[in-house]
Amino acid sequence: MSTVEERVKKIVCEQLGVKESEVQSTSSFVEDLGADSLDTVELVMALEEEFETEIPDEEAEKLASVQDAIDYIVAHT
Amino acid sequence: MSLDGKIALVTGATRGIGKAIAKELAGQGALVVGTATSEAGAESISEDLAGAATPGFGIVMNVSDPESIEAGLKAVAERAGAPHILVNNAGITRDNLLMRLKDGDWSDVIETNLASVFRLSKAVLRGMAKARWGRIINVSSVVAGMGNPGQTNYCAAKAGVEGFTRSLAKEMSNRGITANCVAPGFIDTDMTRKLDDKQRESMMEVIPAGRLGEPEEVAAVVGFLASDAAGYVTGETIHVNGGMYMG
Repeated sequence: MSTVEERVKKIVCEQLGVKESEVQSTSSFVEDLGADSLDTVELVMALEEEFETEIPDEEAEKLASVQDAIDYIVAHT
Repeated sequence: MSLDGKIALVTGATRGIGKAIAKELAGQGALVVGTATSEAGAESISEDLAGAATPGFGIVMNVSDPESIEAGLKAVAERAGAPHILVNNAGITRDNLLMRLKDGDWSDVIETNLASVFRLSKAVLRGMAKARWGRIINVSSVVAGMGNPGQTNYCAAKAGVEGFTRSLAKEMSNRGITANCVAPGFIDTDMTRKLDDKQRESMMEVIPAGRLGEPEEVAAVVGFLASDAAGYVTGETIHVNGGMYMG
């Protein structure tokens, strides 16, 4: 079974079309990985699907980096 | 065929323009799901679509009721899959001069003709974004641009749909999703058959083509907008009205 970190990074790669080597835990979706506003919405939806959870909009807005997403998933699943 | 493998959802597909649209898309190879407000209507859609290359079917959905929309979309997902094409066609009129228009006449028309477009479009976007391909086609009306006495509610809803469509087009175009409107003029349907000779006569005076349009003539434009050929057309309203109004 993959770790949460691995699964999050895999989804980030798929959604944003970036290579795994480019994705660090500290990477910011917008500044480092080139996500636009629609990308971030889609990314959150993909995370919800993968981890079978609902991320409320006000929480989703705070997820700026890969580590933010990992922390949220770990705390809420 | 050009829409082979595509799933299309057409609201209000029992008769008139919606029925013709369902037939057009099915004729292009799409699996068409048509909505009706009654079981009998859904059954008649299933019969209409049974002979298609990819047989479609009808479902019951009241587009003014969010719960009914949710249940209907669940049925579509289970029986067909995520729609690639959404045609928001279902609509009602509750005509009256504004001085006599009741709150219910206003809210019924806004809910059925405008809020439904928001709810259904939002619900199908996720699947379309994933597929990187989608077509949202909203049936507006010539009166959205022209205005029409006795139809403040209807004109507000249809003009709202056109503005909604332009914004949606800008939001989603880099995902291969287009959003457009088709605005029919006077089409030969149950709605216009109700008019008396005098009304019909005065209508003809303002239609340069000198005749009513056929539902198939509206459906043909929807068929084009749904196709790959229309991939670069988005945010547009295409008028189908025999020249009576040119936006």
